[in-house]
Amino acid sequence: MIRNIPATKNVYRTLMITNRVLNVENPIFNNNNSKATSTTHFGSKIVPTAEKSKMVGHVFSSVASKYDVMNDIMSLGIHRLWKDHFINKLDPGKRPNSTEPLNFIDVAGGSGDIAFGILDYAKAKYGDKVSTMDVVDINPEMLKEGEKRALDMGRYFKDPRVRYLIQNAEVLDKIEDNSKDVYTVSFGIRNFTDIQAGLNTAYRVLKPGGIFYCLEFSQINNQVMDLLYQQWAKVLPVFGSIVANDYDSYQYLVESIERFPNQEKFKSMIEKAGFQSVGYESLTFGICAIHWGIKA
Amino acid sequence: MSSRLLLSSGYPSLVGSRFTTIIPRRTLILESALTALASHFLLGNEARMADKMDNGELHNKNEDYTQLEKERTEERLNALRNTRPMKPNYEGHIPLWTSEKLLLFLISGIRSYYHPENGINIVQLGEATAIKPMLNHLHKLMLSDPTGRRILKDRPDVKEDILQMDKLATYPKNTFGYQFYTWCRRENVTPDTRAPIKYIDNPTHAFIFKRYRQCHDFYHALNNAPIIIEGEVTVKALEAANLGIPMAILGTLFAPWRLTSIQRKRLFDTYLPWAIESGLKCKPLINVYWEEILDKDINEIREELNLFPPSDLRTMRDERRQAIKELNDKYKKLHEENSNFL
Repeated sequence: MIRNIPATKNVYRTLMITNRVLNVENPIFNNNNSKATSTTHFGSKIVPTAEKSKMVGHVFSSVASKYDVMNDIMSLGIHRLWKDHFINKLDPGKRPNSTEPLNFIDVAGGSGDIAFGILDYAKAKYGDKVSTMDVVDINPEMLKEGEKRALDMGRYFKDPRVRYLIQNAEVLDKIEDNSKDVYTVSFGIRNFTDIQAGLNTAYRVLKPGGIFYCLEFSQINNQVMDLLYQQWAKVLPVFGSIVANDYDSYQYLVESIERFPNQEKFKSMIEKAGFQSVGYESLTFGICAIHWGIKA
Repeated sequence: MSSRLLLSSGYPSLVGSRFTTIIPRRTLILESALTALASHFLLGNEARMADKMDNGELHNKNEDYTQLEKERTEERLNALRNTRPMKPNYEGHIPLWTSEKLLLFLISGIRSYYHPENGINIVQLGEATAIKPMLNHLHKLMLSDPTGRRILKDRPDVKEDILQMDKLATYPKNTFGYQFYTWCRRENVTPDTRAPIKYIDNPTHAFIFKRYRQCHDFYHALNNAPIIIEGEVTVKALEAANLGIPMAILGTLFAPWRLTSIQRKRLFDTYLPWAIESGLKCKPLINVYWEEILDKDINEIREELNLFPPSDLRTMRDERRQAIKELNDKYKKLHEENSNFL
């Protein structure tokens, strides 16, 4: 399904080497160093790990209803282009010569834009009306927004193909092992308390040959763009405070983007989870990047 | 023979050689500078990295790249955290630069004009227009009065449980506490919904402004003004005349234009004159320790403050509604009677 992936064998060999070389303990992104008082980062604050998912949940509860507006403001509407490219590149859909429907899972995709986009694309391009989709989110309000969108759209609401589940992405207890063909996560993985655990769970949940496909903010590779982005990130919380009456959520978002590992580091984290043929594509000078990996 | 090739930007040389040199008509300094800049920043990533590799800055064994990465992230995070002009002075304080305060004023001003029913817009506009001279004036007012000084010292918060609203229901009917309770329940409001202060820098000023916001309901209850827009404009006018708060002045000046003509007539004839007169005559309302006078007789309070309520707005509206209904009924009957002749 993904175009332009390298030959598996050579990549596997280089991956084994890079894995050994890059097996560095990065204290920022590795939360396993202190088991006793396990702390992690919530934006710029250091909080006990158990608290982080609650606090992240709170951020998303307060922004759930205006999430699309917030995304529009943050990325000046470009996020729609990114998501379109994300789906087009994935090229999802049960091919006409195939007998089994595909099983998609969209994680931290409460608002449903990627989930419904995938199903629409599959139907439009391949006439696929049987593939199933699990829309999964840790936050019930975001999931409710997603279901409401489905209701407003007039499809995927009360549809046996689409399930809406409240799940922690690091556990996914209701999803069986080796049961999904495609695992997508769009602008959600930076909010995971333990990103590596999320990646490991993605590995568990995917079938052999299944694709892990992630769209997330990443490191900007252009100096001019970086300067512009930094200025934008400094004024964004104030705009959020004036327009949406919410300073803290935007401050958290801007800092969580900063803390997220860069393209190469995230690629090595995906490889550490066991995926192969891991690659990435930077979009818009590296503001965000699509990472993918295939379960052996 | 020299070939005479005429190209767009130059003149052919007239020297008799086989080659033609082009002498540029004008030098392209700005264009070349811009091209160089654009190429360097937009297209020159690989060239810059090659330079670094030549200098030995890339793939340097002596560099701790993990540490560098960490430092870079910390630096950028610090830049993001230190965007405010000062540290927060109280819980929920968001310090703003002057340009941001201006932006707040513009945006909340426009939104308040089109959507005054949305409380957040009014709250933001109130804080945006709470200029230092006004807050200093209020502060001095409070400091010059013994009750005001006590309020500043105690910093009372107005909440349902602190006021013990349920106990107020049991008070004698002539007390202010009972009147306040019945007014709250009749208008279906509660003092808990007052938004916290965010944009005022001085914590004492922030408290004074919070106190002003919270006492707004007390002014309503004391003067029996309902929460419909006419009542709100009346109370705002009272506050404007008494305390000089810019938001109240703005509200008094601009809000009446969005009302119907009969509402405007009532305002201009009765309520606004009452409000301005009473506001100028009565004691500064910010110095009243409302929590302590809940059990006092309401008329005593009015005497003390020199603030007497106007005619009841709801009664006036009901009377007018009744009169219109009677007119409609009368003409309906007349119309029916007349149609019998046809």
